[in-house]
Amino acid sequence: MSRKLLLEHINVPGIHTLDVYRQKGGYRAVEKALKTLTPDEVVEEVKKSGLRGRGGAGFPTGMKWSFLAKPEGVARYLVCNADESEPGTFKDRYLMTHIPHALIEGMIVSSFALGAKTSFIYVRGEMMPQIRILEKAIAEAKNAGFLGKNILGTGYDLELYVQPGGGAYICGEETALLESLEGKRGNPRIKPPFPAIAGLYGCPTVVNNVESIAAVVPIINDGGDEYAKVGIGRSTGTKLISASGNLVRPGVYEIELGLPVEEFIYSDEWCGGIANGKRLKATVAGGSSVPVLPANLSIKLANGEPRLMSYESLSEGGFATGTMMGSGGFIAFDEDQCMVRNTWNFSRFYHHESCGQCSPCREGTGWMEKVLHRIEYGHGKMSDIDLLVDVAKKIEGNTICPLGDAAAWPVASAIRHFRDEFEWHVNNPQLSLDTNYGLANYAEPIAKAVSTEN
Amino acid sequence: MSDKVKVTIDGITVEVAPGTTILNAARQIGGDIVPPAMCYYSKLEGSGGKCRTCIVKVSKGSEKDPRPMPKLVASCRTTVMDGMEVMNITSPEVIEARSGVVEMLLINHPLDCPVCDQAGECDLQNLGYEHGLQKTRYEFERRTFERIDIGDKIQLHMNRCILCYRCVFTADQITNKRVHGILNRGDHSEISTYIQTAVDNDFSGNVIDVCPVGALTDKTFRFKNRVWFTKPIDAHRDCPTCSGKVTLWYKGADVLRVTARKDVYGEVEEFICNTCRFDKKKTADWTIEHPTHIPDTSVIASNHYETLIPLPVIQEDERLKEANRVELEKTTKF
Repeated sequence: MSRKLLLEHINVPGIHTLDVYRQKGGYRAVEKALKTLTPDEVVEEVKKSGLRGRGGAGFPTGMKWSFLAKPEGVARYLVCNADESEPGTFKDRYLMTHIPHALIEGMIVSSFALGAKTSFIYVRGEMMPQIRILEKAIAEAKNAGFLGKNILGTGYDLELYVQPGGGAYICGEETALLESLEGKRGNPRIKPPFPAIAGLYGCPTVVNNVESIAAVVPIINDGGDEYAKVGIGRSTGTKLISASGNLVRPGVYEIELGLPVEEFIYSDEWCGGIANGKRLKATVAGGSSVPVLPANLSIKLANGEPRLMSYESLSEGGFATGTMMGSGGFIAFDEDQCMVRNTWNFSRFYHHESCGQCSPCREGTGWMEKVLHRIEYGHGKMSDIDLLVDVAKKIEGNTICPLGDAAAWPVASAIRHFRDEFEWHVNNPQLSLDTNYGLANYAEPIAKAVSTEN
Repeated sequence: MSDKVKVTIDGITVEVAPGTTILNAARQIGGDIVPPAMCYYSKLEGSGGKCRTCIVKVSKGSEKDPRPMPKLVASCRTTVMDGMEVMNITSPEVIEARSGVVEMLLINHPLDCPVCDQAGECDLQNLGYEHGLQKTRYEFERRTFERIDIGDKIQLHMNRCILCYRCVFTADQITNKRVHGILNRGDHSEISTYIQTAVDNDFSGNVIDVCPVGALTDKTFRFKNRVWFTKPIDAHRDCPTCSGKVTLWYKGADVLRVTARKDVYGEVEEFICNTCRFDKKKTADWTIEHPTHIPDTSVIASNHYETLIPLPVIQEDERLKEANRVELEKTTKF
């Protein structure tokens, strides 16, 4: 049984209330941090823990905090990014629904560490129930003296606000989120300046994912060194994985980083294998924006070693044979799933969610979506496949924010690994409308290291 | 020395003030190495970074940190560091990425240059000529919008728009009340006004000048003439609201339109008011200065009277000379 740090008490009845949360040791971190530690010591603990951002990019949280500019007389802000809208990711919603106090406790400790007197939780507009839950929890915490003026008599003031967004995926990008929070159109800003220098209202700001902030609580409780012992290598701690797709038991799991992917899919402790006795065809390891991998490469690295659920192992092999940890949205596809349809579906999402600010993403996402739609519905041409690769390449890296990359990677990787399926769709337009290509050779064990592209 | 930083662009070193963007450093050098800019406008704060045509490769970050930047960067929004080395036209990667951006800009553009008032002075036309493909790879219906009249003098033709946001910044920063902006998201985004609210203030006409394409056009000039048949003349008048320095575009003895004076990068020098732009269309209203200098590369220079260079004679041919005697005499007369 692996260690649980965030979801340890998830099944305790009434854990969403302050009383039960306190009984289970809640708000210990606030007391410890505010009464015994200085803000710099808290930052130091987080640095020691090696915690990496859980929102997708995996940037070390402690380092991000230490980059925060601290000019005299200027307010600093902490903003929690709860605009979780990546297809396949639903961990933050789960966390906020069931243990809202874990997030609030993390917010208090983090705000204290950063010296923020006002902090915001930017929640996606569609998550209205979670917004109500959080507001209720904030009111409880305020009554108990954990928020507001002079918290626990330490002289530290903090106001915490919940701000509903408009429900746009792009507002999960940190600068677009800040624009939206300021009440403007949610367009990503052009960096530099980074939010750590000029963020919300031009003040230094840190934007962190819900899970990153919640993970600060066990780090302060047990100490950064203790937290760093969990996990593997530079991927320390535990990670919430939202498992979905054709699994026996999909859901949110807290895993210790370093768990083999094979164990995660097939072990009864976790997802329990592929549903209905089918076989695995492909996985998306970290939410829709990361490259899709065929079954053999999902489970094993190109050199035959088992692939682990960690930032390093998942990205092993670069884009030729690897993928990314992303936000931890693990999607499994069984043998009856159509990769072309799935790629089109992802592409449709990015087309819809592109903010339209910079040209390659605005025009390119729509173009890819139209071409994929054509292939899926039996009007494709063989040249379309190379066209898609080329368009994806022209979007990637040439945009203001990472949404362009996120739109290009699934398409490029699907063609890289499943080109024969795309070709089959083009060659058999009628057949492809009602039959699926099937498994092909994707679930075969790898005989030897596959040659890498590029 | 300490207040200047050295930057090398395509092998040419220039010293600029710290905080200068790569694009402006390149403009100080001038010539072919200046990246094209569709959305950046030096007079508008916050503009740039959106169209991605000005992307360049930074092959050396700075003297202190010589690592190259991992991605191509927008030169209009990236400031120079001491010792930075930038590759623009010398990098095949940049050229390829730029042609990709141009292709993206053109896939939904109607390419109605034959009937577009901007043709001849259109940044996108020039960019497409330099970097575009000969054939489109986009085989779908282009997105279309209805034409909108913004006030009685300006027409918005959203089909042609490349969403550079320049007009939005202009209305924000030059005029005191902005009533138009971007609606919707992604490739459905459009510049619009709510319920067709007229843009009505003294400086609204400047959105026409800042538009890099033919999306915002002057209704008083609409379909009057092709720009390369008109002759630009610099003139001024005593205007109570603006500087009054304009370019008049003549056809014969008639002033067909009035615009602000534009520099070599197509940016206006000083914004002008609507009275000058739309209402003063008689020569008597203006003090004429001199013909506007138009770069030789521009199509407008093709029938210009400022420079009349005879066709180069490759081989002396008496019979040909005799046949063209009248033309040759004309050239010597000037």
